[in-house]
Amino acid sequence: MSSSTPAQPLVRPAASPRMLWAALAVVGALLLLAYLVAFDQGAVSRSGMYLHELMHDGRHLLGVPCH
Amino acid sequence: MSLNTTSAPPTFVTVLLRGLLAGLVAGLLAGTFAYVVGEPRIEAAIAIEEAATHAAPAVGHDHHQDELVSREGQRGGLFLATGLFGAAMGGLLATAYALLRRRLRTADDGRSGLLLAGGALLGAVIVPFLKYPPNPPAVGDPDTINQRTGTYLLMVVLGLVAVWAGSLGHRSIRRGAPPWLRAGAAGGGFLLVAVVSHLVLPSFEEVPDDFPATLLWNFRLASLGTQVVLWAATGLLFTALMSRGRRPALDRDAGRLPAPGRSAFDAGTPARP
Ligand SMILES: [Zn+2]
Repeated sequence: MSSSTPAQPLVRPAASPRMLWAALAVVGALLLLAYLVAFDQGAVSRSGMYLHELMHDGRHLLGVPCH
Repeated sequence: MSLNTTSAPPTFVTVLLRGLLAGLVAGLLAGTFAYVVGEPRIEAAIAIEEAATHAAPAVGHDHHQDELVSREGQRGGLFLATGLFGAAMGGLLATAYALLRRRLRTADDGRSGLLLAGGALLGAVIVPFLKYPPNPPAVGDPDTINQRTGTYLLMVVLGLVAVWAGSLGHRSIRRGAPPWLRAGAAGGGFLLVAVVSHLVLPSFEEVPDDFPATLLWNFRLASLGTQVVLWAATGLLFTALMSRGRRPALDRDAGRLPAPGRSAFDAGTPARP
């Protein structure tokens, strides 16, 4: 549409496939981290239920169903 | 437009690191809020849960008493949970920012970071909150935890789809149209998806009859507040970090980055033959 945006954009993403693959990998890793906090019961963390129990209160207060 | 001699735009890696940092700090702030406002509610709910367990020992899976982590440990673990979760959300926000920046068509980049954080708060927090309000310990049937987890996640996705539908509605009206018309189209697109999702997905009524209503209400407010702090702080901190890079004196990040040959992330230097 209007190409007369006043401010110069800080980020001008080149929509290269490489950029998209990198973004996809980053999103996957970050979703895994969120899963670790919110849902994991030892299958990913390999810590048994330790991390699950340690982050129990955070899970409740972040609005995730816990039990 | 491809010259980037004076102020090179930050690369994807730089944007990502800023998002992770903003999210981590925001997560610790949200953890502080949750510790002060939410922990007393959790303690009260656990006291009720333990009273119920002692009255009827056959309640089944109860993971507050197996002593793997003490209550003190869980209160401290709150900060680990919100910090890690915040970092993940900040990284996702930064990635969305890097990918969608050009398509948002906001007047400046500061606004697009805040717009994305606001969209995430609305879609991933408020919409699911209204359908599946969070529950303290002692509320919730362990037999339905898998269904509740699945429908909750679906609601998060549908909430984000609703926000996206709102942005489509906003765009479907031409630019010169009166603001109320564009806002109305945005609200209509959002509500269409959000309301249909609320009606279609199953509900769970699992609050015990004798659970104190004020405790439930206060816990849910504390949970909502924690998530509002998380997303508001992530959006503001990320925007602040991004605007710092604009000043030439602080633009050292660009200099530290690898040569253009390696930086396919670098949006400012599209690989050209
Ligand atoms: Zn719990």
